[in-house]
Amino acid sequence: MSVRFGDVTAAARCNDPEFKTHAHGERERERERLAHVTRGHRGQDNRSRAGTTARGSFYAGAGKAWHESDARAREQTPRTGQRAREMAEHHAASDGKHKASAGAGGSVHGSSRPGAAVGGGGGGGTGKGGLSGGLTQPAGWQSLLSFSILFLACLAGFSSRLFAVIRFESIIHEFDPWFNYRSTHHLTTNGFYEFLNWFDERAWYPLGRIVGGTVYPGLMVTAGLIHYVLNLLHITVHIRDVCVFLAPVFSGLTAISTFLLTRELWNQGAGLLAACFIAIVPGYISRSVAGSFDNEGIAIFALQFTYYLWVKSVKTGSVFWAIGCCLSYFYMVSAWGGYVFIINLIPLHVFALLLMQRYSRRVYIAYSTFYIVGLVLSMQIPFVGFQPIRTSEHMAAAGVFALLQAYALLQYLKDRLTRQEFQTLFFLGVSLAAGVVFLTVIYLTYTGVYVPLARAHYAKIHIPIIASVSEHQPTTWVSFFFDLHILVCTFPAGLWFCIKNINDERVFVALYAISAVYFAGVMVRLMLTLTPVVCMLSAVAFSSVFEHYMGDDTKREKPPAEDSSDEDDKRNSGNLYDKVKSIVTMLMLMLLMMFAVHCTWVTSNAYSSPSVVLASYNHDGTRNILDDFREAYYWLRQNTDEHVRVMSWWDYGYQIAGMANRTTLVDNNTWNNSHIALVSRSNVDYVLIIFGGVIGYSGDDINKFLWMVRIAEGEHPKDIRESDYFTPQGEFRVDKAGSPTLLNCLMYKMSYYRFGEMQLDFRTPPGFDRTRNAEIGNKDIKFKHLEEAFTSEHWLVRIYKVKNLDNREPLDHKLRSVVPRQKYTSKKVTAVGPFVSIAFPKTPRGCFVLSTRSVYCHRGAKKPENIHM
Amino acid sequence: MSNSVISVVSRFLEEYTSTTPNKLKVVDSYLLYILLTGALQFLYCLLVGTFPFNSFLSGFISCVGSFILAVCLRIQINPQNKGDFLSISPERAFADFLFAHTVLHLVVMNFIG
Repeated sequence: MSVRFGDVTAAARCNDPEFKTHAHGERERERERLAHVTRGHRGQDNRSRAGTTARGSFYAGAGKAWHESDARAREQTPRTGQRAREMAEHHAASDGKHKASAGAGGSVHGSSRPGAAVGGGGGGGTGKGGLSGGLTQPAGWQSLLSFSILFLACLAGFSSRLFAVIRFESIIHEFDPWFNYRSTHHLTTNGFYEFLNWFDERAWYPLGRIVGGTVYPGLMVTAGLIHYVLNLLHITVHIRDVCVFLAPVFSGLTAISTFLLTRELWNQGAGLLAACFIAIVPGYISRSVAGSFDNEGIAIFALQFTYYLWVKSVKTGSVFWAIGCCLSYFYMVSAWGGYVFIINLIPLHVFALLLMQRYSRRVYIAYSTFYIVGLVLSMQIPFVGFQPIRTSEHMAAAGVFALLQAYALLQYLKDRLTRQEFQTLFFLGVSLAAGVVFLTVIYLTYTGVYVPLARAHYAKIHIPIIASVSEHQPTTWVSFFFDLHILVCTFPAGLWFCIKNINDERVFVALYAISAVYFAGVMVRLMLTLTPVVCMLSAVAFSSVFEHYMGDDTKREKPPAEDSSDEDDKRNSGNLYDKVKSIVTMLMLMLLMMFAVHCTWVTSNAYSSPSVVLASYNHDGTRNILDDFREAYYWLRQNTDEHVRVMSWWDYGYQIAGMANRTTLVDNNTWNNSHIALVSRSNVDYVLIIFGGVIGYSGDDINKFLWMVRIAEGEHPKDIRESDYFTPQGEFRVDKAGSPTLLNCLMYKMSYYRFGEMQLDFRTPPGFDRTRNAEIGNKDIKFKHLEEAFTSEHWLVRIYKVKNLDNREPLDHKLRSVVPRQKYTSKKVTAVGPFVSIAFPKTPRGCFVLSTRSVYCHRGAKKPENIHM
Repeated sequence: MSNSVISVVSRFLEEYTSTTPNKLKVVDSYLLYILLTGALQFLYCLLVGTFPFNSFLSGFISCVGSFILAVCLRIQINPQNKGDFLSISPERAFADFLFAHTVLHLVVMNFIG
């Protein structure tokens, strides 16, 4: 056999026609020899014959040899079924590139596995002919089409999220992402172990914050890892750019995992549709634009991938897929607190399967493995700790696990014993099990596992700091349509299709859909968990419709037995049916196009605001950039001492820490309610407020005032009363008719200091507040303990320095004897609702990010009215 | 009642020893060993206390995990269940078993503190 390949290589090396003829002749001889050999394998496919000879001719290279092999291949008439495999083998062979090894492989294959080698040879040999032959191959087209569609979906998802970067710059948006960015920065500069053990003294002064134990590290570690790998390859990307573009990249991965999941549930067409939907749907984009460096950006990818692996492990019953699911679950636990959704949905699925009498050994294997290994993996995250075996949110999983073990044992016994024997054992077993369950429940109630369940509902309504976050408000229909457009209408249809053709994995998606719909109706923030399942089920619906109306020709050809008089009718109805088909298809396509347009419009207008930088547009279309926030933060950074403490409302804490690098008292991690309420106790050097009266910015602190008062009132009901800040008629007004408490409180004074002298334009009097559309009531403002330090260009950020007074009372750290602090409370969300629509685009947190700046006064006055600052 | 239970149990044991193939009996004895180890660990925890909790938890979960994985292996290599697991040969089942154990014990080692 080596002789053959010697000839082949020689022929390949030189293009000498003389040599070629020689080689050709050689090949003829070789062909006969091989035919002789392969005649022995007559039992095999004739593909074998084509293969070995064709392989030789493949290596002969260009020109005549090529065409010769081409001709030879064509006369073999390869069967379509083998073609794909041949092409695959051809690729494998040509990738090898080393002729000797390929030849050796070929010879080995020739003797032991003629099919495979020959397939490869056939594909290789008929390189040119194979190209024209392979293009007619449906499987090849299908995978090419799938690949390009997925690639385009990823690209669309990525580019759709770049509006803010193109319009402004590559900057971290919002509030929460600044903390994540700061942590990631700390990780990349100091290393992984430093990050895990980081104690941040600059936040929550004077308490500090144990970052390692109170954060989900997945996001930071992912960004840090990507940064590390890129720098290792000497692609020096700054960590800020990695953070900014992480979410768009992961949206592409989400599209791919949604494709995989939907393909498992339905078919490939639905999978592709689902991938395209989730790439551009606004509900997901809102939390994953470029610049929004937040947990949800990677968590949705982890969620979809975990669900895909779960469905795969239930379908195959293989421990390998179950372990894969566990590892993906571990990534999800490290990424987001929403992992609780997974650890409750999967047991619910198993439980539903048990109830529907769909128990099978595959389910047992999948769930038992997932639960145990997932349990121990989830406890590796410091923030989660021992919660999976202590808190009530995880008890369902444990309960279903125990139930499943019992059920499996009973099934095993049932198979082995007769009915009567089984009954006697059953009785005993059930009473034993009931006893165990009873004792467990008693124990758990004693250790207080169930209390949080009752508390959650109570907390949502009665604890102001939770109720104040606008993301926790119930969802309106407008948000559903705004975020999901046509998908929210087709999603019930998809759900119905799934239920109609039920199997194990479709039970899962039905449960997913129902629970996601419920939760999305409760809180705006949870719209994000609804979005993936809506995309999947709408894709199922669209796919079914398209399949029905586009692939129906073959069905119609089956003629039922009818007499000829109906033929005319049939022909007419056939034409009508064709018309209906095309109309429906056109309509569906139009819906999809409108969906795409809507998504892009929403992304561009509503979800692409960095909120650190504002923009306003003049009547001629030119843009005015309002960079007040950064101006103020950088002033702080450059003009104040490094160790000063800044007080502001908790919304801005992260930004101050990130951009100004100053110690803050409270920030967005609102774990300490009393700390927030009592923030004025400690020594502060500067106070920072946001004031929107000059430009009509509706997210300023006067608007958030009510929530400040409410939170303070929650902690100190005797000192602060919300009603003091309203007029006798119950309105919240800043003009002359406003309540004296409000007009004299510190927040009011700090916002409107010197504003009375400012006249914005000739139509309005001096001191006209554009946000509240009123002329302010108290224009003569004087401070005793503060002095104005900095006001940004459009008066958006105002910083006041606390004067060092000798007669300031020493700090009293006892809670109860605190002097009544002036707390600015903002009115209920509904009252400031009208302000939302002005100018400012919807922040991702909803209508308002209600932040409160609690300002302190500590002069010993008993009544708020007497405070002069 | 107790008589019938005992007779049922003894009949079950007799049928088990006669009909189960040897491969499965080996796995079953391994299961019994794991069960006893787990029970011992739990007993120890009850007697001596839960400090350090993460060590107890990692050891106990290691026992439970090994038990579960062995049960899965037994299910997958049982010739009676072949219809359920057409794509999983016994060799593949064992390879999955090894892979799962690697992951489990890596995590347990990390957790044991």
